[in-house]
Amino acid sequence: MSIKESQEELIEEFALFDDWMEKYEHLIELGKSLPMIDPSLKTDERIIKGCQSKVWLDATLEDDKVIYTADSDAIITKGIVAVLIRVFSGNSPEEITEADLGFIDEIGLKEHLSPTRANGLVSMIKQMKLYAVAFQAQLKK
Amino acid sequence: MALNVTQIREDFPILKRQVNGKPLVYLDNAATSQKPKQVIDCIVDYYSRYNANIHRGVHTLSQEATDAYESARKKIQKHFNIEKSHEIIFTSGATQSINLVANGFSSFLNGSDEVMVSAMEHHSNIVPWQMLCERTGAILKVIPMKEDGTLDMKAFDEKLSEKTKLVFVNHISNALGTINPIEEIIDKAHNSGAAVLVDGAQACSHLKPDLQALDVDFYVTSAHKLCGPTGVGMLYGKEEWLEKLPPYQGGGEMIAEVTFEKTTYADLPHKFEAGTPNIVGGIAFGAAIDYLDNIGLDNIAEYEAELLEYATTELLKIDGLKIYGTGSDKTSVISFNLEGIHPYDVGTILDKLGIAVRTGHHCAQPIMDFYKIPGTVRASFAFYNTMEEIDLLVEGIKKAQVMLS
Repeated sequence: MSIKESQEELIEEFALFDDWMEKYEHLIELGKSLPMIDPSLKTDERIIKGCQSKVWLDATLEDDKVIYTADSDAIITKGIVAVLIRVFSGNSPEEITEADLGFIDEIGLKEHLSPTRANGLVSMIKQMKLYAVAFQAQLKK
Repeated sequence: MALNVTQIREDFPILKRQVNGKPLVYLDNAATSQKPKQVIDCIVDYYSRYNANIHRGVHTLSQEATDAYESARKKIQKHFNIEKSHEIIFTSGATQSINLVANGFSSFLNGSDEVMVSAMEHHSNIVPWQMLCERTGAILKVIPMKEDGTLDMKAFDEKLSEKTKLVFVNHISNALGTINPIEEIIDKAHNSGAAVLVDGAQACSHLKPDLQALDVDFYVTSAHKLCGPTGVGMLYGKEEWLEKLPPYQGGGEMIAEVTFEKTTYADLPHKFEAGTPNIVGGIAFGAAIDYLDNIGLDNIAEYEAELLEYATTELLKIDGLKIYGTGSDKTSVISFNLEGIHPYDVGTILDKLGIAVRTGHHCAQPIMDFYKIPGTVRASFAFYNTMEEIDLLVEGIKKAQVMLS
């Protein structure tokens, strides 16, 4: 699924919920269903800086597509990273670096985009894109 | 005297706000207090009527602004029972006050000296002293903490020696609410020949220290914690110490005479007040002191003790809730966690319910390391909070617990 299609799917999915509580419950469910990261990948180097909770993020390149795995010790943060993985994972590095993430606002998670917000959604996106940039450079060689 | 909280709440315009569609329940008072209209009006009045630079102007506005600024210093002097008004230095806040002293002590210390800090300090009362130790080679000793979040005074006695030149400790811990036995620390440190700096940033909204009676060498606080504006605070220092310390920053206001060969410094307090100060901040700091004195810190303390007792009892009824900082001497701060749930998650859900608490390490990572936790949720109550707000907090925590388990 393309990044655009995944975003549209998420917008539709979140539109089913009327209030913030249901939206957050869904986000928490998404966090709980995020596949376990290989415990050996939960190293200090893979921790995203700027988050109040710990977020570990890893990425690999498979068939020229980026595959992300992640974990967090806070469940809402884990839900947010799960949403990002659903959007990004399985796409080419180029598509990821160029992606516009308008859906965050539309699914009611806009407040997490504030730079003062301690969960580091901005840091997560930056780190995911950095991985993509690195893979892009690798593919060009 | 019992407080009329309903009437007091009318003084705080922000308490009428809605957050996420719910009435604001502001329980982050340890981070900063809200401002009464008396303080807000004072700021507007200054800019509307007599904004001018102070101290050297001959014109009327400058005189009025200078009078208001210096009258604020007098209010602070009276409030804290300080002997001389020039022992009060206006700073940008407690952090700058600490840095000023730490910087000054660079000239007095060497590699054979020791300085001592408590294990429950805010980073602002740790890092400047570490920097001081790096500059001078002095050794940093730590007064350890016990499981209940109080200081291990036996260890303090053992570590204190004639090598100790300075002890710095907070009056009240921002992360746990523990009131530290500063009288005992000051007495013992003085008997051993060490000076003491007390960080009162968390204390001054809950109690009224008598600085002469305490006989403390330095006492610092920030106005914004006690209903005043941000960006202004005070350093109290005993005259003999302030005379001894070198100036912190150079600039206008702090000089007596300047030539390219030599500059002589102004007398206290101006020696430490280089440049145009936060004039309106100083004046509004005075207005905040007036406001608190009018209500009375004793009355505030009495009411906050009731809030703390009620909140502690109600919170402990929640399954799996653990409170950190359970010493008998504490102020209206409750740091807690829910078993198996990250504090960040709890804070996020509470925010959606309009309840403002703080989550994280509260700029006191050593405390979190001590308890081996990533952080806590901290609810801190002020005299304008109500029992009903505590009920809302309890309800909110229960809701968060259901959602997050």
